[in-house]
Amino acid sequence: MAAFDTPVQHRSDKETLVCLRTLGQPDPASLQAYLNVGGYKQLQRLVQDKVKATDVITQVKLSGLRGRGGAGFPTGLKWSFMPRYYDGTKYLVCNTDEGEPGTFKDRDIIRYNPHQLIEGMAIAAYTLGARVGYNYIHGEIWQDYEIFERALDEARAAGFIGENLFGTTFSFDLFAVHGYGAYICGEETALIESIEGKKGQPRFKPPFPASYGVFGKPTNVNNTESYTSIPWILEHGGDAFQALGVPNSGGTKLFSVSGHVERPGNYEVRMGMPFTELLDIAGGVWKGRQLKAVIPGGPSTAVMPAAAIMGATMDYDGLSKAGSSLGAGSMIVMDETTCMVKTLKRLSYFFYEESCGQCTPCREGTGWLYRVVKRIVEGEGRMGDLDLLTDVSSNISGRTICALGDAAATPVLSFIKHFRPEFEYYIQHGKSMVTGKAE
Amino acid sequence: MLNIEIDGKAVEVDHGTTIIDAADKLGIAIPRFCYHKKLSVAANCRMCLVQVEKFAKPLPACATPVADGMKIFTRSKAAVEAQKSVMEFLLINHPLDCPICDQGGECDLQDIAVAYGAPASRYAEEKRVVLNKNIGPLVSTDMTRCIQCTRCVRFLKEVGGMMELGMVGRGEHAEITAYVDKSVDSELSGNIIDLCPVGALTSKPFRYKARTWELTRRPSIAPHDGLGSQIEVHIKDGKVLRVLPREKESINECWLSDRDRFSYEGLNSPDRLTVPMIKHHGEWHETDWKTALEFAAGQLKDITNADGGEQLGVLVSPNSTMEEAYLAKQIAHGLGSSNIDYRLRQTDFRLDGKRMGTPWMGCNIPDLQEMDRILVIGSNLRNEHPLLANRIRKAVAQGAELSLVNPMDDDQLMAVKHKAICTPNDMVNVLAQILKAMSGLQRLSLCLPKSLNDLLETVRVWDNSQAMAESLAGLGKEVDLVSPRTGIFLGNIAQSHPRFTELYSLAEAIASLCGATFGILSPAANSTGAHLVGVLPGEHGLNAKAMLESPRKAYLLVNVEPELDCHHAAQARQAIAEAECVIALTAYKSEALEHADVLLPIAPFTETSGTYMSMEGRVQSFTAVTKPLGECRPGWKILRVLGNTLGLSGFDFDSSEQVKNAIFGGQKPSTVVWNSLNNNLRELIDIQVKIKSNVLQRLGEVPQFQSDAIVRRSPPLQKTRAVQAPVAAMHSQLLTELGLDDGEMVTVKQGVASVLLKAKRDDRLPHGVVRVPTALPVTSLLGDLMGEIEVTRA
Ligand SMILES: Cc1cc2nc3c(=O)[nH]c(=O)nc-3n(C[C@H](O)[C@H](O)[C@H](O)COP(=O)(O)O)c2cc1C
Ligand code: SF4
Ligand code: FES
Repeated sequence: MAAFDTPVQHRSDKETLVCLRTLGQPDPASLQAYLNVGGYKQLQRLVQDKVKATDVITQVKLSGLRGRGGAGFPTGLKWSFMPRYYDGTKYLVCNTDEGEPGTFKDRDIIRYNPHQLIEGMAIAAYTLGARVGYNYIHGEIWQDYEIFERALDEARAAGFIGENLFGTTFSFDLFAVHGYGAYICGEETALIESIEGKKGQPRFKPPFPASYGVFGKPTNVNNTESYTSIPWILEHGGDAFQALGVPNSGGTKLFSVSGHVERPGNYEVRMGMPFTELLDIAGGVWKGRQLKAVIPGGPSTAVMPAAAIMGATMDYDGLSKAGSSLGAGSMIVMDETTCMVKTLKRLSYFFYEESCGQCTPCREGTGWLYRVVKRIVEGEGRMGDLDLLTDVSSNISGRTICALGDAAATPVLSFIKHFRPEFEYYIQHGKSMVTGKAE
Repeated sequence: MLNIEIDGKAVEVDHGTTIIDAADKLGIAIPRFCYHKKLSVAANCRMCLVQVEKFAKPLPACATPVADGMKIFTRSKAAVEAQKSVMEFLLINHPLDCPICDQGGECDLQDIAVAYGAPASRYAEEKRVVLNKNIGPLVSTDMTRCIQCTRCVRFLKEVGGMMELGMVGRGEHAEITAYVDKSVDSELSGNIIDLCPVGALTSKPFRYKARTWELTRRPSIAPHDGLGSQIEVHIKDGKVLRVLPREKESINECWLSDRDRFSYEGLNSPDRLTVPMIKHHGEWHETDWKTALEFAAGQLKDITNADGGEQLGVLVSPNSTMEEAYLAKQIAHGLGSSNIDYRLRQTDFRLDGKRMGTPWMGCNIPDLQEMDRILVIGSNLRNEHPLLANRIRKAVAQGAELSLVNPMDDDQLMAVKHKAICTPNDMVNVLAQILKAMSGLQRLSLCLPKSLNDLLETVRVWDNSQAMAESLAGLGKEVDLVSPRTGIFLGNIAQSHPRFTELYSLAEAIASLCGATFGILSPAANSTGAHLVGVLPGEHGLNAKAMLESPRKAYLLVNVEPELDCHHAAQARQAIAEAECVIALTAYKSEALEHADVLLPIAPFTETSGTYMSMEGRVQSFTAVTKPLGECRPGWKILRVLGNTLGLSGFDFDSSEQVKNAIFGGQKPSTVVWNSLNNNLRELIDIQVKIKSNVLQRLGEVPQFQSDAIVRRSPPLQKTRAVQAPVAAMHSQLLTELGLDDGEMVTVKQGVASVLLKAKRDDRLPHGVVRVPTALPVTSLLGDLMGEIEVTRA
């Protein structure tokens, strides 16, 4: 297949490229490009020198790397949960199913630097004793899936994955699996069900994947960006990665910036960068308009009014102090012309549409939320609706099998909390306070 | 043991116990929908949320294992708030159509809503509508009522063995459905009606017939297979309207086979015989009991006086009660006949008199699921013994190795470790091989009798048989030599096999070599009981087969439709047609009894009291659950009065209990039973191992829903996909050799008689076998179930 021919987006010198470090090379996704930046050296070193798994895990712990899939669970700690001795196949799974609106970072990793992900997974496999790996790729990014398949072929041919790597007894087979575009398949246990060929539906936890994962075997699941950070960590040391960021948030982070900015795109920056600086990199609010609100980490994180986010830093603690969370780093910027009621309708529709339907509060509640918001948007709102929405959201939160329920509740609760007058206006006047129109 | 506290009550529970189990143990009710003790935990309804100390969020009681020191609150503010919110969610899209819902009054959703629901709904948006699915003639669907608990899905997958239902679609569009254009065909499908906590899945035959509170419920025993399932019969206005399981863990657990659940519809059949009838000059006339019985007695007496008792043959259905069987035997003996038998579909009787006791399954029903190695010989398990198949499925799921020696390879919906699929004749050879391999396995080198050893000399052991022997011996496994948890069982097909004696002797020898439990899976509700009662030919008496082979002048039939219930339909037909006198105690007017002379309307199991003895030797008495229809009378009463009318002594019974007492000689039934059950052979019989034949052999199986007169008349069962027009099925290679095409009409011939059937390709059959079902009017012109058969282009 021909190299992907979309031009590389605008880049900024304020970026720090770890996961996207092949950018700038002629064909960044190629094996050669990755070898040029020192690719696969860490894997070779670990395997040939028989570096102890505990030593690898120590470096990952030191790096302060936290899961980039949204929950921010410390990766080193997660790796230490995998049973060390196990009679049978252990599995490694990479989660490239990003399907949340505004989240598009992992596709750029496999589009521009797939080999670093492969090396990261191979290192994880070596460390955790996994024999087989799967990268589960969202069904709606087919070209990127093909790029990854090409990279796998290259890596296999070059002897970086497969049997008896580097002349040792270490073997690791890695396969690409594509989904069909269901957001819920990004939830790690639904993803595992889907790999098994079943309907993507989350499992009740515990047991967690580390003890009962793919085909019931111990399985480690990480996000694409998490794995892709690993080779850099082992090359430069955990401390160096930690030092790129701030305490509690080591390393760099890819932010998918979208919405009302001049230059939407993915930007890889150091953790802890002030929000204003990141906004700047993306060219600032478009058309010289005023910033109204930001969803900093994807729709499952709470919306923040401009005032709240202006002083925040882009890292786990920084955003949590400011009243939201980092999520997957999917920053959606909204300018003054945005109607928050209509925006919420779109978000609620997403969760309503994407609920797997297995557990009662989410299956029934997401539809309820969407219908009420839709009714308001259509000018049929009632005064009691806002309390009802709050109540229904709280009744979903924390009572479901997986976190999609919470994800659906969060926008409703945070939108109403921060923009209540706008909602009240819409209900009273039957039209938007911002656009002056109903739908 | 873990110490926990629920709602302030302390309790000690085992490791791994869930909160819901612990609460159940304490009698604390936690509301639930998706949880069911027999199914895997789905934790999807969220109704069972409870508060647990130190946890911020409520936890599902059904899926949360307790930890030591846990403090659980099921009725705290937080818990009740969570439960109420789930209830609210469950109801927003529910149609609330209780007034027209069959589940009304026995609905979990209704009951729990009363406790946790709000008086009015806050939901004012449009409701979801889900289209109904046609999943067959037994289960009716109202899918808008479904709460997606997936109990039905899990049941069919985990208990039924095949995922016939699933949840498709996401979110609010998620719905339960069958495969495109498929129905739910499991032989256990009716259980999903019981499992459904709402009115989404209800009984189709029972639809709109009655409200639960209008029904009278009476306990009874299922009258079909040999399991002895405990049932509850629901009656309104004297009519049986439905049958549900009674929970009996050691027999049917909380399940019923579809046959046991839906056969009752046959009780309300227009075929029911409601008055005694006598044939005069070829014409049937209704009459009264006195006339009928006097006429019958006169005929019987005339013939036995003139030609001797041996001219009377008595055939008793193995679905008759012990009391009926006993009295029929008394009459035969009273009239000087020792021609009496209940083994209507057996063809090989060489074991008669050679067995030590009453044949039985050799263990108890729950023992099956604890076994590690099981060999089943000649049984289409799911067809013959649906719930027993489920026990074996459980054993297999837990790692037991199942081996099958069968003349067909029907999918039993469980993993089969080894199988030998061969012609009925070859089954004998395979067993001989297994026996030889078993005796060769070193640590089991027990001596076999010389005659048997000589026989085995000539047998060459195939790899497959060797593997089966090794599996049964548990080679390379840890086996408890005292009770090795191995079982060898002979099914219905084995029992109708022309070389039953060989199968039995070889299987028994294999079992004794490896210390296995050895048993017979009794085909009918009272096969074991009839044997215990002694419904067997006396010393010079004729067995069921001989009675038809050398026709008698008079027959007394108890619950028998000869051409449908006997091994050789054509012979049965002819013998009955040509007999001078046929007295039939029957619940139905039947084509098969057209040639009888007297029809006496006997009460089916719901209208009589009586006793069945199951394959595990369990003696279960039941009482009538409803009044006899019309002039029907309980069989024991009819036979008693017939005995009296014949002037025989020993017929002074006022109740079926008195008959039962007579059967057991005043002793406790269990004592008598345990002294009697014994599968061992008194002596080794001359058997022949190698049977060379190049002829085609029929496999005449009884389809599940043709097994007895009641089942045959249940319209919903007859409408299931399991009931198909009979065909002549054979392996594709055989079709080619015979120059036949799949689907073309062929003449199927046994002896002089022949029928026209469609040829059907079926590669689950071994070469050399033509499968033509029995117990159907169409095939009732044919002969032996496993006899020679010819197939030619029509
Ligand atoms: C509804 C839902 C969707 C999710 N989607 C994704 C996703 O697209 N990509 C991802 O990496 N993690 C996703 N997650 C999080 C995963 O379950 C899991 O936590 C993550 O893959 C673990 O990797 P990490 O520790 O490296 O972040 C999702 C979680 C939920 C509840
Ligand atoms: S919370 Fe929603 S998406 Fe998650 S398991 Fe329940 S129904 Fe499915
Ligand atoms: S009963 Fe526990 S979640 Fe349904």
